[in-house]
Amino acid sequence: MTRFLLRKAVGMLGVLLVLSLVVYAVFYIAPGDPAQLACGEKCSPAQVAQVRERLGLDAPVYLQYAHFLQGLVAGRDFSAGTGLLHCQAPCLGISYRSGEQVTDMIAARLPVTASLALGAMVVWLILGVGTGLLSALRRGRLSERLLTALTLAGNSVPVFVIGLVLLIVFCAQLQWLPFPTYVPLTEDPQQWFWGLLLPWISLALIESAKYARLTRSSMLETLADDHIRTFRAYGVSERHLVTRHALRGALTPVIALTAMDLGALFGSAVLTESLFGLPGLGKLLVSSVSLIDLPTVVGLTLVTGFFVVLANVIADVLYAVSDRRVVLT
Amino acid sequence: MSAEPLNAGPLVEVRDLVVDFPVGDGHVRAVDGVGFTLEAGQALGIVGESGSGKSTVAYGLLGLHRGTGARIGGSVRVAGVDAVTAEGDELRRLRGGLAAMVFQDPLSALDPYYAVGDQIAEVVRVHRDVSRKEARARAVEVLDRVGIADAARRSRSRPHEFSGGMRQRVLIAMALACEPRLLVADEPTTALDVTVQAQILDLLHELRAETGAGLVLVTHDLGVVAGSVDRVLVMKDGRAVEHGPVTEVLGTPREPYTRALLSAVPRVDAPEAPGATAVSAGGDVLLEATDLRREFATRGLARRTAPVTAVDGVSLTVRAGETLGIVGESGSGKTTLGRMLVRLLEPTGGRLHYRGRDIGALGEKELRPLRRELQMVFQDPVSSLNPRRTIGESVADPLRIAGETDERRIRTRVGDLLERVGLDADWYHRYPHEFSGGQRQRVGIARALAPEPRLIVCDEPVSALDVTTQAQVVELLGELQRDLGLALVFIAHDLAVVRQVSDRVAVMRAGRIVEQGDADTVYDSPQHAYTKGLLAAVPVLDPAEATARRHARLASATA
Repeated sequence: MTRFLLRKAVGMLGVLLVLSLVVYAVFYIAPGDPAQLACGEKCSPAQVAQVRERLGLDAPVYLQYAHFLQGLVAGRDFSAGTGLLHCQAPCLGISYRSGEQVTDMIAARLPVTASLALGAMVVWLILGVGTGLLSALRRGRLSERLLTALTLAGNSVPVFVIGLVLLIVFCAQLQWLPFPTYVPLTEDPQQWFWGLLLPWISLALIESAKYARLTRSSMLETLADDHIRTFRAYGVSERHLVTRHALRGALTPVIALTAMDLGALFGSAVLTESLFGLPGLGKLLVSSVSLIDLPTVVGLTLVTGFFVVLANVIADVLYAVSDRRVVLT
Repeated sequence: MSAEPLNAGPLVEVRDLVVDFPVGDGHVRAVDGVGFTLEAGQALGIVGESGSGKSTVAYGLLGLHRGTGARIGGSVRVAGVDAVTAEGDELRRLRGGLAAMVFQDPLSALDPYYAVGDQIAEVVRVHRDVSRKEARARAVEVLDRVGIADAARRSRSRPHEFSGGMRQRVLIAMALACEPRLLVADEPTTALDVTVQAQILDLLHELRAETGAGLVLVTHDLGVVAGSVDRVLVMKDGRAVEHGPVTEVLGTPREPYTRALLSAVPRVDAPEAPGATAVSAGGDVLLEATDLRREFATRGLARRTAPVTAVDGVSLTVRAGETLGIVGESGSGKTTLGRMLVRLLEPTGGRLHYRGRDIGALGEKELRPLRRELQMVFQDPVSSLNPRRTIGESVADPLRIAGETDERRIRTRVGDLLERVGLDADWYHRYPHEFSGGQRQRVGIARALAPEPRLIVCDEPVSALDVTTQAQVVELLGELQRDLGLALVFIAHDLAVVRQVSDRVAVMRAGRIVEQGDADTVYDSPQHAYTKGLLAAVPVLDPAEATARRHARLASATA
């Protein structure tokens, strides 16, 4: 197990390194001069040159990248007009745009996206897996058809439509819920919950149809397994068959899919974040890309990449815990 | 179970049982008016080929068709419970409490996620009002009874940590857990090696004598019933063809179908059609393996364990026009060897000469021209044909690979090949699922014949087939060999089939050949103790002989 985790950690470092290299490369191929952009349109060529030097953009690309890596491990200093600005490890650089430290910018927004993604995951697992199980066990009945239709509808309507409808109905018309805002969990758990409920539901509705289908087919497959027949032939009740024998096998693929979706959501929940005005990572990523704010984009890519890999390692471990035949090597 | 009134009726009474399965809009009749009775302590064998409805009858004894959409007619009474109409608690008491099923394929019949002891304990708690701890104790007790060594510790192992034979014992232990009055065993030994099969059958026999339970043994293997049951019911197409005491049904069968079934069973004790294949033997040496080895490295960078040696220094020769049989139990390395002989696998040691040329280490490019001369027929006729392509296309593949482009010539050649293996040339456009197992295996043989090979390695070509089909395919292979002068390497676990087809035989065990020689010599006067053990474990069709052998086995086990 320890060996497995160590190997995964090394692999993760490799993946992140390649990711950062790719982002660097893409930005140097892309048009647009970051120094000009950082300085503004009215800057004189002299001013632009000054900015370029200050941001270290005059150095060759490979040196810039080396500095970036150095900052990540040991921290680095930037000249900020009059004095020196120290950026502590792990330093992801300084935003060309705002002059803020990227690490701080991400750290401020990470809890928002994490709250959104994890909460949505809980909702879509309840909704999706529940629907899937129900439709596997009560095939063809009314309750099953209704739930399946609901999740399918959720899947086929864009999040900004669902979100808007939910906002209008529950916040504006019925006034059952407050308009979504982000209140940190540490500040007030209740407000955190109510403020995020609608975003969670909107995001989960998109995902749950996928989970319902997966759970349904994998449950039906497991229920047809020989070992289920064995216990049925020994008088074990149907409810027991499902909860004790079928569920465990049926949920294994769900674990894998959840891990992938959750990791990816850290960088891609931008529509939900924008719609509900939540200051998360996705929003930051979109604005940084359009502003060619290289340090922020690289930083965000690394952080989301980190979560994708991490989620998959967790899924591997869960796999091995749930199925003892799996040996982690 | 003393609460159950031991009323005068028989333990099992089946009358006019009819089972219809829903298919599309209609129904297909799987069982058509079968009836029998079984007294307590007696054993009944239900034999038949696949699709005869024998397992369907067995499932009916536990009411397992309930809730599947199947229509049941007639009556089934087991230990006083009506299996067709019983509901709720009564049905659950029947299942496992009064009658218990021993399933086929012990790997998939157990839940992979739980320890075997817990699975048995769960069944105990369904039927008995006992604590978790008591149920576990009972599980260990029955595991010990069926011969699992160190039962207390092994009860905490999961199914995949047991061998096939041990898993079958676990399933029998589960059946015993609640002291049922009837055991229903559905092909309990089909997936097992002969020596293990003999052990399991002996165990079932012993348990029946000890507990006085009745036994219904479902099998396709007439040899299995010979020594294990009192009465036999022969089924064909859902009907009972013949029913009577085992000595009469196997000794003096009245029905033509039973006679056909019996005559199709390959005998290990006498060569079939002697001289038929021996004529062609003794040609030039085609393939010669010297000290051939194959190791498989176990995966994993950090945790490097010793590689597994699948084939451990095998030397053999195959002459043009002869059949070399390779027998061995599962895991003996016979498939690995077969694949190396046609260079689907690269040997990790030793030399392999084909027509005087060392092909053991040739690269893929140099092997290319030789590939057409070395062909293979695979065990599973279902998965070795692409289900999305017509059989004609599958047979045409080797021709196209060989560079044939003229579509008309390909069609004609494929048509010839299909006819050669006993199929219709017009079936070019049909898909594999439209054929029976035997027909699919014929397609596999046609495909192997297409490039006009000199040597065909057949890896368990008939083990997935019924005895009558098996006999036909074996006959076809012999015929092809005579007509085309092919060399065959026939790999099988079934000693009788191997004797039937082979000129020479090699017996494999743990990656080595323990004995090889002329087929008659090896079978009639085996030299190696392992060969002797294998031959002694082969089920025989004569019930008296089977009983005598069982006594001999038990005597040698206790001695």
